[in-house]
Amino acid sequence: MNRRELIKTFAALAPLTVAGRVWAAPATNARMLVVFLRGAYDAANVVVPVSSDFYRASRPTLAIAKPDVGNPNAALALDADWGLHPALRDSIYPLWAKREIAFIPFAGTSDDLTRSHFETQDTIELGQSAGSSRDYRSGFMSRLAIELTRVKPIAFTDQLPLIFRGKTQVPNIGINNVGKPGVDDRQADLIKKMYAQSNLAASVSEGFRVRDDVYRSVSEEMNAANRGAVSPRGFELSARRIGRLMREQFNLGFVDVGGWDTHVNQGAANGYLADRLGELGRALVGFSEEIGPAAWRDTVVVVISEFGRTFRENGDRGTDHGHGSVYWVLGGGINGGRVLGEQVKVEQPHLFQNRDYPVLTDYRALFADLLGHVFGLGNESIQRIFTGVHPTNLALV
Amino acid sequence: MPNICRADDLNPHDLALLDRLTFGASTSSATHMHGIGAERWLQEQLHPAANPPLPDAAKAQIEAMPDLHSFPFDIALAFEQQSKSANQVADPEQRKAAQQVFQQAMNDRARQAAARTILRALYAPDQLRERMVWFWFNHFNVHQYKSNLRVLVGDYIDHAIRPNALGKFRDLLAATARHPAMLRYLDNADNAVGHLNENYAREIMELHTMGVGSGYTQADVEALAKILTGVGIDTKPEDPKLKPELQSQLVREGAFEFNPSRHDYSDKTFLGHIIKGRGLAEVDEAIDILVHHPATATHVSRKIATYFVSDNPPDALVQRMAQTFKTTDGDIAAVLATMVHSSEFEAALKPGTRFKDPVQYVLSAVRLAYDDRVILNTAPIQGWINRLGEGLFNHETPDGYALTSASWNGPGQMMVRFEIARQIGSGSSGLFKSDGPNPVEQPAFPLLQNALYFNGLRKTLGPATLASLDRAISPQDWNTLFLSSPEFMH
Repeated sequence: MNRRELIKTFAALAPLTVAGRVWAAPATNARMLVVFLRGAYDAANVVVPVSSDFYRASRPTLAIAKPDVGNPNAALALDADWGLHPALRDSIYPLWAKREIAFIPFAGTSDDLTRSHFETQDTIELGQSAGSSRDYRSGFMSRLAIELTRVKPIAFTDQLPLIFRGKTQVPNIGINNVGKPGVDDRQADLIKKMYAQSNLAASVSEGFRVRDDVYRSVSEEMNAANRGAVSPRGFELSARRIGRLMREQFNLGFVDVGGWDTHVNQGAANGYLADRLGELGRALVGFSEEIGPAAWRDTVVVVISEFGRTFRENGDRGTDHGHGSVYWVLGGGINGGRVLGEQVKVEQPHLFQNRDYPVLTDYRALFADLLGHVFGLGNESIQRIFTGVHPTNLALV
Repeated sequence: MPNICRADDLNPHDLALLDRLTFGASTSSATHMHGIGAERWLQEQLHPAANPPLPDAAKAQIEAMPDLHSFPFDIALAFEQQSKSANQVADPEQRKAAQQVFQQAMNDRARQAAARTILRALYAPDQLRERMVWFWFNHFNVHQYKSNLRVLVGDYIDHAIRPNALGKFRDLLAATARHPAMLRYLDNADNAVGHLNENYAREIMELHTMGVGSGYTQADVEALAKILTGVGIDTKPEDPKLKPELQSQLVREGAFEFNPSRHDYSDKTFLGHIIKGRGLAEVDEAIDILVHHPATATHVSRKIATYFVSDNPPDALVQRMAQTFKTTDGDIAAVLATMVHSSEFEAALKPGTRFKDPVQYVLSAVRLAYDDRVILNTAPIQGWINRLGEGLFNHETPDGYALTSASWNGPGQMMVRFEIARQIGSGSSGLFKSDGPNPVEQPAFPLLQNALYFNGLRKTLGPATLASLDRAISPQDWNTLFLSSPEFMH
């Protein structure tokens, strides 16, 4: 099958088929959350190339079985070529049925071949071309925040991530460890005065403002927990909190989740990676529930990772550093239920350096496409965010 | 009053030097430096005695830790057996309970390792060495929550890192390469002929030696992975079964093992050198090649300069440090001496140039507040640095914690710092609470308005900070504001 041709046709038709679901531009209610899976998750076992015999041959212990309704460990059918990891059955698969999620295989950095986690994470967060000298004070979501006039950005991380570093002051807050502030308003005021003339003035005053907002939101949840509600843990708890905060106060968010580097015993239908995926799936659905149906329609969540892993399993039932990955785009208003982007058959001759997935959709081209449609940004804005990039047209929004 | 500095004791330059190379200026450290002069103090720091004495109260706490009196191999073995027997309990409820006991015991070992690291960092007279212990652990990072590393991190920092922290870089690299903590963490214990695992090989070049983008290729990664096959861990008392011709190649030292039946004996091309397949000696040869590669001298020097000098250390300084690295065969103290005696370092001593990372922030507050009165409980400190995102042995990925200030001065981080300033400033906050079932807390109010403050630190505060401090309504409030001030963050 010539997927490229098919998708081109599909893309041409898309605006007609999704009439009425396209945002008005510029969309003031639009929200976007970027979820970064740090550690290069094994994309080939998440969106599984089920039509590939080469896949099963390359992964004697790691392969996920072909879709089979009688087998709970089999992949869940997406289309003729692709299936979904069974750990996502109760969370993500229903979103697929509702056409609220799309997958883009063969995605990643087309110009960073270091296979270094840290280098490639930096490359993606900066959104600059990998060959040129880098400006570490300019992450692409920071540049995006500058282009959008009425945006309220936030990083749900302990440290301010590279992606949000730049000319505007973006607040960050670690979301799973929010306690009642002990520094009172009078002290806060004196502290702000101490910093008024320093280069941390904006950081400190923004910090106090966000601290109070976030504490108010989280204390509602604590009250619910005190009344006997079951409180989720780990990333699901964070994602639910993020959902509430993005419903009420913020519309441009970033969060990262570590622990995806699986050199040893990553498991197949069950095991380490499956557990991580299960938690991720529950978290994303938790986010969509908390943000609520109205805001969810205006929200796009993009799930990315720095690169994929080796296509063949290594000697330790794990996988080593690879290249192409699979990105997810989900949201209540997207034109999902499709596996998108330029594709090749998953066979040995198509492997990049006879080792891993090639990158056919560059992350910047994908984001450029999304930003144009989600936030109504024109080409000039897009070029200031991603210099020299031509957006793909996946008709996702 | 021998321990109190007088007003004319401290000049701002020496105070800044002291603050930069230690975990924070305290009254007694300032007095000591003044007594012997800055240059002699510097030599003491660069070339300390092998084991300069800790204060008795700190030494006693460390001596009371069981791990200090066992061989690491025995500890690892005992834990392995505990794990096995917990997993063999038939009744599921009891098995769960036994597994929890096992997990608790491992947590306890890691907490103790962190406790002694903190006690040494706070009270060791060889402060620069302790700064380098932290630096090198971070450079050769392992994560305590992988596998059984909670049992191993204490030995790793005490026996692989600390003895080499001011010595030769090659010894440090080789010690980490033979330590079970590293071999487990980066999966080399699973790397065998025909079952290659590249993880450790890649990170040695990217993170530990040459640095990413310095010219090695995917083929070099694979060659080094092959060289490292068979380098692993064995906690079984009996030797592995080997063909007779391989038996002489077996190496075991504690839990470290080179197993020749797992090694790839083919010849390898690594960074342009042909390495003859012959066993563990290949690893030594590869380490030599890596240590002597010019990229390693530069990469390591730049990282040290980033830690001590600035986010973007001047290239000229890095090059001079790298030159020292090359001419002294990777002598770390010599590289540090080049750095400290440079004009770039002098320039970087002016106030407000270097933002403290969380560990430095918390430890410097405790050193200033309590000087050499030894705390009885490190748990609050462990908690604070965990909350600030720089917990000991707690960085998940092999790159270690970021060294640049932009990673630590975001709005969320500053808020947590102010909360911790309030906790430290308001009272002893558990630092003087005894352990055990009936904990007793000694009264210990932090003395931040001490001689060092009046004679030295006050002069470094700007008008905005002084104005806010003047509006403090209690000593607790004053302490909170002082520890929250922009000057104390730097």
